[in-house]
Amino acid sequence: MLIAKFPDIDFAPHPLMTRAEKSHEQLCARVPPERLLEVMRFLRTDDRCNFEQLCDLTCIDYLNFPKARDRYGVIYSLLSITKGHRLWVKCFANDPSPQVPSVVSIWKGANWLEREVWDMFGVRFTGHPDLRRILTWEAFEAHPLRKDYPLRGRGEREDFERITRESA
Amino acid sequence: MGLALPVSPTYQASKEEYLSTKLSYLMDILREKTVNWSRKNSLWPMPFATACCGIELMATGASRYDIARFGAEVMRFSPRQCDLLICAGRVAIKTMPVLQRIYMQMSEPKWVISMGACASSGGVFDTYAVVQGVDQFLPVDVYVPGCPPRPETLLEGVMAIQRIVEKEGVRSSTERGRGMGLVIQPTIQVQVENPTAN
Amino acid sequence: MTTSPLTAEYGGATYAPVEPGGDVWVLNLGPQHPATHTTLRHVLELRGERVLSCTVHIGYLHSGFEKLGEHLNYNQYVVVTDRMNYVSPMANNIAWHHACETLFGLELTPRCKVIRTIIAELARIQDHLLCVGCAGLDLGGFTAFMYPFNARETINDLFEEICGARFTTSYTRVGGLMQDITPQWPAKVKRFCTEVMPPAIGDLEKLLTRNRIFVERTKGIGYLSHDDAINWGWTGPLARASGVRRDLRKDEPYLCYADNWDGKGSSAVQFKVPISDGGDCYARYLIRLAEMRESVKIILQLADNIPDGPVDVLPESKQTLPNKGEVYFSIEGLIHHFEQIMTNRGHQPPIGEAYGANETANGELGFYLASDGGNTPYRVRCRPPSFINYQCFPELVVGHQISDVVAVLSGMNIIAAELDR
Repeated sequence: MLIAKFPDIDFAPHPLMTRAEKSHEQLCARVPPERLLEVMRFLRTDDRCNFEQLCDLTCIDYLNFPKARDRYGVIYSLLSITKGHRLWVKCFANDPSPQVPSVVSIWKGANWLEREVWDMFGVRFTGHPDLRRILTWEAFEAHPLRKDYPLRGRGEREDFERITRESA
Repeated sequence: MGLALPVSPTYQASKEEYLSTKLSYLMDILREKTVNWSRKNSLWPMPFATACCGIELMATGASRYDIARFGAEVMRFSPRQCDLLICAGRVAIKTMPVLQRIYMQMSEPKWVISMGACASSGGVFDTYAVVQGVDQFLPVDVYVPGCPPRPETLLEGVMAIQRIVEKEGVRSSTERGRGMGLVIQPTIQVQVENPTAN
Repeated sequence: MTTSPLTAEYGGATYAPVEPGGDVWVLNLGPQHPATHTTLRHVLELRGERVLSCTVHIGYLHSGFEKLGEHLNYNQYVVVTDRMNYVSPMANNIAWHHACETLFGLELTPRCKVIRTIIAELARIQDHLLCVGCAGLDLGGFTAFMYPFNARETINDLFEEICGARFTTSYTRVGGLMQDITPQWPAKVKRFCTEVMPPAIGDLEKLLTRNRIFVERTKGIGYLSHDDAINWGWTGPLARASGVRRDLRKDEPYLCYADNWDGKGSSAVQFKVPISDGGDCYARYLIRLAEMRESVKIILQLADNIPDGPVDVLPESKQTLPNKGEVYFSIEGLIHHFEQIMTNRGHQPPIGEAYGANETANGELGFYLASDGGNTPYRVRCRPPSFINYQCFPELVVGHQISDVVAVLSGMNIIAAELDR
């Protein structure tokens, strides 16, 4: 149905994972970033799709993932409440300045989710109304969920003024 | 404790002088004792509850464990009214300045309990965002172990603070910063009957 | 780092009036405030007592849960999920391992399914009790906070009996449970449902439902319409209070909520999903009370007939840890145990991604897992219900008075650790 509507895009629909015995029922489609808004608007409004809710929006840094070509995969998890089905949409971006269009105009709930992805991965969402850091503070420079950021950080957690009993 | 008078041996005090000095000295001790005793039994905690330990702190305040038995039930959320900061839960980088500000806003005398593994050492969260122990940046008096500590353990921590208050009371400004010099022994000794038998 | 977070956060003149002489004031509510329960921060612009705008700052409890998940294996990470929604940790344990089992393609044993369903419902009751109690506390009724805590302590005792900890339980494992329940546990659960819960809910009803102060401070406060609730991504009791007919237990059934859960044709547990079209704080409170009643019904259906059998899936699949008797007294068990816990062995999931979601007390708690075939996940994404529910908070409070901010907040049951992760 998606393929019929947009014949020029290679969606490559595939299940999220395939096991030896059976293929998983969770379906995933791939959309290039420049067509994302158009496809999403179709998915939201079309009567056969009716994905009213953006259930989740996340990102994966496929830095050392086996057989991965692109680095950042932004994953939209769509849910239709009336139809009761789900669809995962993946949109890939790459260094040096990963960019994906924002879907806040379609689902209001994408606001904080996109801010979180920007904060954690450094993927910029063009057209986002208020793209600030959300979980870390404004002066923080790194994007901690990238694979090349160490688990224990780069000394941010030791950088405070020490209060002793004299100084308080 | 001895009542050695702080007078030089060459100075001959009159009887009235001697008695009044002795009396005022007694009164000082008595006042200090009384103040410590009353402080100890009416601690006003400031619950800085961030995470799981906060729920156990609530459970300690609720009816089954009832922190009111130790006179510490008056939770005040304004730091200026409190004298015991209970830091319950992990402290993220973004929260540490807030915690420090709250500590500085509390009026003297003040004591700090670091409740739970995360507040004391970072716990399981050895990550970029969590402060590995608030004692790196704040003076902490009592550490309460556990993840999260059971309410009984927190009550033991409050009792430890009470013992500190009773023994040391309020330290003057010249004494500050030299450490507590006091080891808190647990009040309950666990008797192991035959440690080698399985 | 050149600027400390202190200056970065408090650098703006948030305490001073915006325009000198103007009547718009900026008030900083949080990060440490009794009504926020944990660490949330709102910057409110006020005209008199009226809220003109609200900016929410979160992240005061950000602890790197998702980063940590890339370094712990599938069984170890359950310890971290306890600390995620610390009000009902059992539900998080179950949701995490539900996602893992979706990834591995494991089918649980019937006994394990029943036990997990019971503890999931107990966790739901636990969460709602705290939420309702705190709603009472924030609106000035301290008694309404004390009463539900009694019932909560009983649930903590029940959990302590099966897993040894009051509420950081870590009870589930991939394909099973840490250990079997004790023989007398079902009877205790039943006694809890028949003797403790009905009076506890009754007390709450008497204290709050027709309490004039409570009703007037919650009715009509924080309204969100059905369509907005869907568009903002709301799930769980909040969405159902706005009339959204959605419950994962019915729509995407798992555990004992699905038909034929034991492979012998047993039907799913019977329960109703309470829905209201009120959309305000009072409706949320009523939904939570009704859900607790339904949970009690579910537990009573299951507590009597817990099927016999193992709690872990068969050891031939080599996916679960063997029990300790096997480890200590047989060489195969010992080898199997080490195969599972050694750092370069353990679970060998297929390469791919999977999503598993459960209906927890706050809404849909899902985990998105990506695996590169190693024994730790490549990426752990938690879909936190609090985070997604909380983002429309400014829309709920604008136009209300400042005291209503507290009422809305306590009605939403925001858990900061789940919010910030």
